[in-house]
Amino acid sequence: MLANIIHFVLSAFLGSEILSKVPQTLHTPLMSGANAISGISIVGALVAAGMTESPWAQWLGFAALVMATINVVGGFLVTDRMLEMFVKKKKAPPAA
Amino acid sequence: MERALIDLAYVAAAILFILGLKRMQSPVTARVGNALAASGMLVAVVATLFLQEILSWPMIVSGLALGGAVGGWLSQRVEMTDMPELVAVFNGFGGGASALVAGAEVARYAQQASVLNAATVAGSDAFVIGLSILIGTVTFSGSFVAYGKLSGRLSGQPLTFPGMRGFTIGMLLVAGAALVQMTRGAGGLLVEGTGLAYPALALCLAALALGVLLVVPIGGADMPVVVSLLNSYSGLAATATGFVLNNTALIVSGTLVGAAGMILTVIMCDAMNRSLANVMLGGFGGDGDAPGAIDVPEGKTVQETSPDDTAILTSYAEQVIIVPGYGLAVAQAQHAVRELADLLQEQGITVKYAIHPVAGRMPGHMNVLLAEANVPYEQLYEMDEINPEFSTTDVALVIGANDVVNPAARTDEGSPIYGMPILNVDEAETVVVFKRSLSPGYSGVQNDLFFADNTKMLFGDAKETVSALVDEVKALQAA
Repeated sequence: MLANIIHFVLSAFLGSEILSKVPQTLHTPLMSGANAISGISIVGALVAAGMTESPWAQWLGFAALVMATINVVGGFLVTDRMLEMFVKKKKAPPAA
Repeated sequence: MERALIDLAYVAAAILFILGLKRMQSPVTARVGNALAASGMLVAVVATLFLQEILSWPMIVSGLALGGAVGGWLSQRVEMTDMPELVAVFNGFGGGASALVAGAEVARYAQQASVLNAATVAGSDAFVIGLSILIGTVTFSGSFVAYGKLSGRLSGQPLTFPGMRGFTIGMLLVAGAALVQMTRGAGGLLVEGTGLAYPALALCLAALALGVLLVVPIGGADMPVVVSLLNSYSGLAATATGFVLNNTALIVSGTLVGAAGMILTVIMCDAMNRSLANVMLGGFGGDGDAPGAIDVPEGKTVQETSPDDTAILTSYAEQVIIVPGYGLAVAQAQHAVRELADLLQEQGITVKYAIHPVAGRMPGHMNVLLAEANVPYEQLYEMDEINPEFSTTDVALVIGANDVVNPAARTDEGSPIYGMPILNVDEAETVVVFKRSLSPGYSGVQNDLFFADNTKMLFGDAKETVSALVDEVKALQAA
């Protein structure tokens, strides 16, 4: 428990340090990217889905897995779609 | 040995997340950053799959396939204007997943046949499981209400009913009691294994109601804050799940997400000069610009203008500042606006875009919409950079923006938006406002700018009026 709390506190500091420097332009992709990372609960879902000794736990884990995968796959793809527009523009200056 | 390998993989995943987020600090590296974060996720998932004893392969494969298909389909189909809604939906799924994992843990403990039963659950574990259910479920239902409000499926008006505060407090008490009961039910204090299951169910129902009750009274104007706050919650829900499963990857990445959401929430609140408490208590904002009658308040006059007059005005200007708002995005006028800017620049007129931090429906949303139309990055100016320039600017074109240019925020102490930092468009020599009607903006506050002496109104759908303006400017150039 103590190790967990230490991880939590350190990550909070690290997160605020890195993220407060993200420019306004990228706030929307940042939000959707961070959102996709929150789908890390997919790992938890996988662990729970593997608990074959309880059918209830399995089905709950399965539902969690589906939801988390939607979050992860959708989130990263949508962030990529947004960022692609920023990158493309950098390479091709306005064609008059 | 296996445990150590899993932990190593999780550390690698966390490092990839951190590096990925760090690359979000510049548009040039951001795409690589996103790919890094995604590969971090892959590492975490693969490690879990291969090294944890997970037996039900068909379930895992079909779950991944189903979720991947739905997520992929949603992400490719969405319009950039609808991005905030989609983020809200994904958010809701993230929270829901965390709550379900915690639920699965409860089911495992409640199963009499299992090696584990309630008697062997430590009180602290049961508490964390409960917390995970609570945060995850609130995120789930709250996010879907936010989705409804953003997409117009639910009214953007703040919604309240008599006794709502009491009901909310009641639900909080139920949730608190269920959480206490879960903690007590663990550790063998209650004999039956079901000592966890019923309180967990009650907690879940109370949390569902709480999510709805907390978001419903909040008006449309504050939805971006709510979405980013809920994003933060979904991260914290993952953190709580990490505590449940004693899983470092979940704790570190969940906390990173929590921090991201929190930072964006604070930035949005600052940009609107509103405290978080103020936002959460709700009651601010409406449905935004609706086509309607052009009502002029008594004692005030409005000057209407036409695309050809505006064309002359802009063609003889030295500097034009374009102030885009959500109305522009909804009308899909961003491409026409870019064409206009290109035409004007060919004639040697300086064109700049003034971006208010809360323009659009989520932080930085306007930048994405303009990027979609290939507006050059160098022409975009943030509020603090551009504000001193309005007084030396000939024409300010306000297209579909409203509250962010309302001078009442500076002068009218009685106004609900008083104190909110705004773009000082009214200092420009002439202001042309492109708008469908004189209706108040997302905040529901009447805009004094429309009745100012140097303001001209160009009524109509933003795409049509801007396109008409482009044609007139072309005609002028040809002449």
